[in-house]
Amino acid sequence: MSDKLGEDFAERLARVPLNLTATGVDEFGLDPRWARYTLTSLAFLHRNYFRTEVFGTEHIPQGRVLLVANHSGQIPMDGALIGACLFMDVEPPRFLRAMVEKWTQTLPFVSLFFSRVGQVVGVPENAKRLLERDEALLVFPEGARGISKSFDQRYKLVDFGLGFMRLALETGTPIVPVAVIGAEEQYVSLGNFDTLAKLLHMPVMPILPQLLLPFGALPLPTRYRIYFGEPMHFTGDPDDDDSALEEKVFAVKAMVQSMVNRGLEARKSVFF
Amino acid sequence: MAPAPPSSVPPSRLPGVLTPRPPAPPRGQGAIVVTGACGRLGKHVVRALHRERRVIAVDRRAFRDKPKDVSHEQVDIRRKKLKDIFRCEAIEAVVHLGVMHDPRASQAEHHSWNVAGFQKLLNYVAQFHVPKLIVLSSANVYGPQPDNAQFLSEETPLLGGARFSEIRDLIEVDILAQSFFWKHPETETVILRPVHILGTVHNAASNFMRLPTIPTLLGFDPMVQVIHESDVVRAIVRALTPEKRGIYNLSGPDPLPLSHIVKLLGKPSIPIPYSVGKAILKRLWALRLTNFPAPELDHIRYVCMVDDSRARTELGYLPHVSITDTVRSVNQESW
Repeated sequence: MSDKLGEDFAERLARVPLNLTATGVDEFGLDPRWARYTLTSLAFLHRNYFRTEVFGTEHIPQGRVLLVANHSGQIPMDGALIGACLFMDVEPPRFLRAMVEKWTQTLPFVSLFFSRVGQVVGVPENAKRLLERDEALLVFPEGARGISKSFDQRYKLVDFGLGFMRLALETGTPIVPVAVIGAEEQYVSLGNFDTLAKLLHMPVMPILPQLLLPFGALPLPTRYRIYFGEPMHFTGDPDDDDSALEEKVFAVKAMVQSMVNRGLEARKSVFF
Repeated sequence: MAPAPPSSVPPSRLPGVLTPRPPAPPRGQGAIVVTGACGRLGKHVVRALHRERRVIAVDRRAFRDKPKDVSHEQVDIRRKKLKDIFRCEAIEAVVHLGVMHDPRASQAEHHSWNVAGFQKLLNYVAQFHVPKLIVLSSANVYGPQPDNAQFLSEETPLLGGARFSEIRDLIEVDILAQSFFWKHPETETVILRPVHILGTVHNAASNFMRLPTIPTLLGFDPMVQVIHESDVVRAIVRALTPEKRGIYNLSGPDPLPLSHIVKLLGKPSIPIPYSVGKAILKRLWALRLTNFPAPELDHIRYVCMVDDSRARTELGYLPHVSITDTVRSVNQESW
């Protein structure tokens, strides 16, 4: 299946900037051998299942970069496919680092898997350290509220957190806005069971009628379209008032929303 | 040692008599008091120092194969007798290694030894104007938590007791040393927080790695940091340099996943689901069949790693032992 990667995996891997320790993992636990299996299976989803169309990969700078994307689709497939883009479609190939919920660290296998494929716990110290090592970091400022949007709210961005902007200002990192089209339709959510989620200590518990169908647990094979926008540079005091930061954050949110809107207009069909 | 006849008591030991002590040698050459000197790490520290400095080993245990030029005071640090050591000669530095880490000892004994004993020691350091105090704390004071940053800085709150209340007195020792740092700026206080120390030392981490079959938690494989005892000794010697003060995390060579440690040791391991492992360990602990308390399972479940860049830049500390040698050192008897 490795031919899905476009060329020999090892060759691409050799061009990924990595800082490995003596035992062959990086300090956050990223293991290229695990990443290989993961990217190989992602390649199938990326090329055949979701048939992702990628636009604007030339906007991704070398060196540190903060990718800010809209979050959607009930499962974080959007993050996985942006990661696939960065490895398979961007030159030179990059390993995408993303921040995961703290809660996932308490789950067996999940925490192990996230760590080995380079995903880190979502605390500011980790993000800062990664950017200082010139990594590509993906953030979803909408958080869990974004991924669990119900179907009638699709493609309407909810409020952005401010943390990513403080981080960008502190580390002098350019922000690349990313719009993901196609994830909202992969699961049709009618709402959220808030009490049940609380009971199970889960962030959200969406109501997904399609789970009742045979193979309904699989996401629908919608066509993904991923747009990378031009890098946005911000300057200012990272410890500024929230109101000052909100303006900058709003500029990023408006950019992502307008990229989403343009992408939706250009799209002829959800599935093709 | 037989009690000395009253006539030979130095005048300074008599109450109410004030005589000047012999003048202190220049900084960098004075006597060093090492508490907990008869532990495995303590002996290494004493051996690293005694050729160049006068070393006074303080430990209530016996000091077998003690170097001849080291004087050993077999006292309990909670006893008044400790004061005599400070009264008799000018002490340049106190290296406090005598922290009790015995999960089987009673809570009261643990607390009185670690907290009350250390408090006494601190009083003497202040009273006799000892210019340097080094306290060996541990990175465990931060505690393994699911929401830990990958590398904890020295400013991270000490939450180690949140899930494992038995180590609260170790955190208290660290905090006592911190408040001493601020209250007594004339003493250069250094707090060292090393990660799991390996080598000939016996602690939870090294004993865990000495198990014939290493249990792991199914689906968890956290990144861990280990440090060789000789690197800890090196850091202590560095911290003795005049002018150095502050809190320093210490880590060894590169971090690695727990599974790589198991591989380096060449031992079999069995993965056990967390809930089962916890239940079994609780049972075994109650039956006194194991010396690992159940909350320590969090160390093989979540990360508790430190950022030691401050020690590297300010103390000039650098680990010398490679990761392979550090891990394998648990099976050796000496270095």
